[in-house]
Amino acid sequence: MMVQRKISLWAVIRHILLVAGALVMLLPFVWMISTASKPPSEVFSSELHLIPRHFALWDNLQTAFAKANLWRFLLNGVIVTVSIFALQVLVALPAAYALAKLRFIGRNALFALVLFGILIPPQATAIPVFLLLHKLGVLDSYAALVLPFTISVFGIFLMRQFFRNVPDDLVDAARMDGISEFGIVWRVMLPAAIPAVTAFGIFSVVAHWNDYFWPLIVLNSEHLRTPPLAVAHFRNAEAGTNYGPLMAAAMVIIAPLLVAFLLAQRRFVEGIALTGIK
Amino acid sequence: MSDSAATLDSVAVHAPARQRAASRSGGLSTTPYALVMPALTLMLLMLLGPLAAVIALSFTDYQLGAPSLSWIGLANYHEMLADKVFWTSLRNTLVYVGIVVPGAVCAGLAIALLIQSGRSLRSLYRTVYFLPVMATLIAMAVVWEFMLHPQFGLVNGLLREIGIAGPSWLQDRATALYALCAIGIWQAAGFNMVLFLAGLVSIPKQLYEAAEIDGASSAWSRFRLVTWPLLRPVTTFVVVISGIRSFQVFDTVHVLTKGGPSKSSEVLIHTMYTEGFEFFRSGYGAALTVVFLVFILLLTLIKSRLADRGVQYA
Repeated sequence: MMVQRKISLWAVIRHILLVAGALVMLLPFVWMISTASKPPSEVFSSELHLIPRHFALWDNLQTAFAKANLWRFLLNGVIVTVSIFALQVLVALPAAYALAKLRFIGRNALFALVLFGILIPPQATAIPVFLLLHKLGVLDSYAALVLPFTISVFGIFLMRQFFRNVPDDLVDAARMDGISEFGIVWRVMLPAAIPAVTAFGIFSVVAHWNDYFWPLIVLNSEHLRTPPLAVAHFRNAEAGTNYGPLMAAAMVIIAPLLVAFLLAQRRFVEGIALTGIK
Repeated sequence: MSDSAATLDSVAVHAPARQRAASRSGGLSTTPYALVMPALTLMLLMLLGPLAAVIALSFTDYQLGAPSLSWIGLANYHEMLADKVFWTSLRNTLVYVGIVVPGAVCAGLAIALLIQSGRSLRSLYRTVYFLPVMATLIAMAVVWEFMLHPQFGLVNGLLREIGIAGPSWLQDRATALYALCAIGIWQAAGFNMVLFLAGLVSIPKQLYEAAEIDGASSAWSRFRLVTWPLLRPVTTFVVVISGIRSFQVFDTVHVLTKGGPSKSSEVLIHTMYTEGFEFFRSGYGAALTVVFLVFILLLTLIKSRLADRGVQYA
């Protein structure tokens, strides 16, 4: 009886604490939606109110889409993140297969290089990679956004670990069937590794959809801007005068990932937690 | 390259199985090299080459667009050590790391423990606390900027309700860096929570039962005797990861303060960005990158040290 009450008291305290914390976490999101729904007269009022008196979300969204080519920027985000992920898989999977299942001279050295590569933060190589792209004359293009990330040593590492657990019998059986080593990568290993590829895909897409540093460095043209760059420019252009449309634009930019996250939470949490291993 | 290897393979299909097995284990086949070649080439071109180049560049006076470059030894480093901006930037970075790491680690641990201490609404809470990790930081930084608006912002509005006149957070040199720290903690706490939750789940239930039989009846003593010691490897891991991530702070600084007012929120990567990509002083920017790398390397070394020890515990 006593224990029962103690437990339920703790349950109440637990919920109070967690709800309080959750409110802090959600506050920026709530305030963003609230501000995006207010007309300017209510945004610029010192008196706090969460629910707008005149619901202006539609107007603000229209203004945001009129002032900035948000569709184009979202499309850029999709093009860039999908290209990066597709090329990462194309490059990493064969290498991961060779490292996991084939024996060749230099394999251990190569794997050591992969492990070393994981430690290099992206900011460290920014200046030389920028100079290289400048030399190649591809700055300010999709190529400049995609090319430096086509190699994911972390992806190679992750897939190699996964491939090691794929039974050798499966590989041998494929060889008996006359499938080439290249064929094995795509027709045997890839299907077996779908969970790992999905987790890596989420990790990769989230990282590059949200990336600000690299697009900022290599882009000049407005029509190539990725979503984070678009928000930053929108903010600079409006310079504190037009918060409703700015918040509406921020909503539009974060919406695709948040919706995907809410639909497949477990997978997303797994995918992002991978960064921890990195 | 890959074409010729593919033809080789289709020939090999018709060869006896024994021969194929031999070529697989003998290291004679070119197939493995063909498989790793794209990855190796790109690694050298985009990762290892640039890493070596950034170190080499730091000893030159190269500027983007300059016709030539010359070896100037440690001159960039001398200039850096004599530059007040560098020291301010380094100090601010350390302050940022020193606040965000303990803040985000403690918050992450507390949230994970609270979520794990009961059964109901676990996944809902996890989702809510994870939202800031998913949301594009630049977009949320702009939202925070408006929340911190001196006049119309939510934060000062709430402070006004209880009779406090809040500062102009991001425009005040006394508060700008700390406001950025708060955003950093808000964003990182959920990420750390996920790592701690994974650590908590892996603690065997029997240990808690055993502790209870041995007289550890209160929640606190169970935490002290079982949870905390078993969570220690995860904790050090989370601390180092948070350290590395907060050393890289750039997005919020660049979009909200540009390192200002009067350099009060200038941080290492932002200084590197300004020198390397706004003034195009590649050599000097490279020297700043090397300093950044040294710190990241130190943290990584600590991590591998502690990870080794963690394995011995287990």
